[in-house]
Amino acid sequence: MQITNSKVAQIIELENSINLIKVHCPEIALSAAPGQFCNIKVSESTFPLLRRPFSICDVDGEFIYFMFNLVGEGTKLLAHKKIGEELDILGPLGNGFNYNDDYEAAVFVGGGLGVAPFPFLLQRIPSDKKIFSFIGGRSAKDVITYGQKNYLISTDDGSKGFKGNVIELLNENLKLIASSNIKIFGCGPTPMLRALKDFAIQNNLNCEVSTECAMACGFGICQGCPIQAADKEGYYLVCKDGPVFDVKKVVI
Amino acid sequence: MTNNIDLSVNIGSLKLKNPVILASGTVGYGNEISNLTDLSKLGAIVTKSLSLKPRKGNPPQRIVETAAGMLNAIGLANIGVEEFIKEKIPFLSQLNTSIICNIAASSIDEYAECVRILTKEDTIKAFEINISCPNVKEGGLIFGHDIKAVAKVTEKVRAATDKPVIIKLSPNVPDIASYARVVKEEGGDAVSAINTLVGTSFNIYTRKPKLFNITGGLSGPAIKPVALAKVLEIKRNVDIPIIGLGGIMCWQDAVEFMIVGASAVQLGTVNFINPNAGVEIVNGLSDYLTKMSIDKVSSLTGTFVI
Repeated sequence: MQITNSKVAQIIELENSINLIKVHCPEIALSAAPGQFCNIKVSESTFPLLRRPFSICDVDGEFIYFMFNLVGEGTKLLAHKKIGEELDILGPLGNGFNYNDDYEAAVFVGGGLGVAPFPFLLQRIPSDKKIFSFIGGRSAKDVITYGQKNYLISTDDGSKGFKGNVIELLNENLKLIASSNIKIFGCGPTPMLRALKDFAIQNNLNCEVSTECAMACGFGICQGCPIQAADKEGYYLVCKDGPVFDVKKVVI
Repeated sequence: MTNNIDLSVNIGSLKLKNPVILASGTVGYGNEISNLTDLSKLGAIVTKSLSLKPRKGNPPQRIVETAAGMLNAIGLANIGVEEFIKEKIPFLSQLNTSIICNIAASSIDEYAECVRILTKEDTIKAFEINISCPNVKEGGLIFGHDIKAVAKVTEKVRAATDKPVIIKLSPNVPDIASYARVVKEEGGDAVSAINTLVGTSFNIYTRKPKLFNITGGLSGPAIKPVALAKVLEIKRNVDIPIIGLGGIMCWQDAVEFMIVGASAVQLGTVNFINPNAGVEIVNGLSDYLTKMSIDKVSSLTGTFVI
């Protein structure tokens, strides 16, 4: 964990206001693990005041990619960064996915921008594992497939792929995936993660999810990002104890 | 940076190597932030509010960003006195900075009991009494806004320790100087001013509050002018050392607080954004004093010209 001034190398507009920002950040790139995040200061002024957390989307040598949706003031400032401009990045933060466990197939379940940490995870997952991905969105324009592998798509409105949510799609394909010893990696909006937790527990499947919560510091001092613990009294902190949790450890 | 500048300050009997203190609730118990800054360069750190027993704090959402500020409603999540002594004191005792222990209790007796236990720890150099947390219903708010309760807490805590006692005042009162006066009368060594301002924020689509607790404490640069006015008000009316805080982001802000009356300053919200801000502010203060040909930082305190 450190604070770096990293140069913006490239900003790539994907589609439907989804962008990638590539920064030269050897200090973090060389030590980061899939599922970890960085807290980025998008402005030198007090507007916006706080850093913005972004999961590490991918790492290429000394470069890091972050994926973001152009929705608020912070991401607007990020999208307007110039090539070569310095960006104040704090990271890598939190705990990532445990991808070196004993399993034969990795099952990725992502909703909307929740696919962001998957390219990096795919890169690091041992090559002998099978990969199945299930990617959902409200509508075709909300489905992000950048850097994903072997995927099926669901949309709530049926405008692309399976009509229904991504957990229903997963359930439709349970026979296919459950023929192997699997581990599920999930990331997406809270209702999706809640449904995924229920699905994993009902089917007795190993499952880790990346959670999110409004936060300030990103490294445990503000105590601003609690998530209720399922295996003890009280809360975990999303930033320090997560953001990746085994679904059995947290109440989603 | 020249070496002949004297950055040390006295807050009553508490001597600090410089006037820059990291505020309670913004440094945890020192361990996480020590990876990102050199705490030995600072005057002191104030540990996260402790209560006698652990508190798990409020459910999410606890944080909302606002214009030039943030609201928090953490709910005094903390590990309790016993765990603090066992788990955190060993690390804190290694730090080459002064440790001020912040206490937030639900009753007058609990404040005194916490202090009575903790005063035996050599690592703790002073106590800061949080009578003004806006986020805990049964406790803080009532004490901080009831002048008789403030007097009683100060008296009881004073009786429980020989170490310096600092009372952290609420800005959410009409006459803050009168609170500082009772602290002095009951034997308190200093006041910290100010704690956060009560605020809220609503989602206009769901019409629900963004914070689980509905209201929270506003901090950050948005509150700096209010904090300065409160420090000035105390300085002009009561002869008691003041630790100034509220929205300090840079050394210029720290100087401003000292000029209106603060003997030392605390940094809070800025630590979340720039964990090294404290060290940068110490350096900035030193450069400012050199440039202004002032040899002691303590000679800035209360030198406003009106």
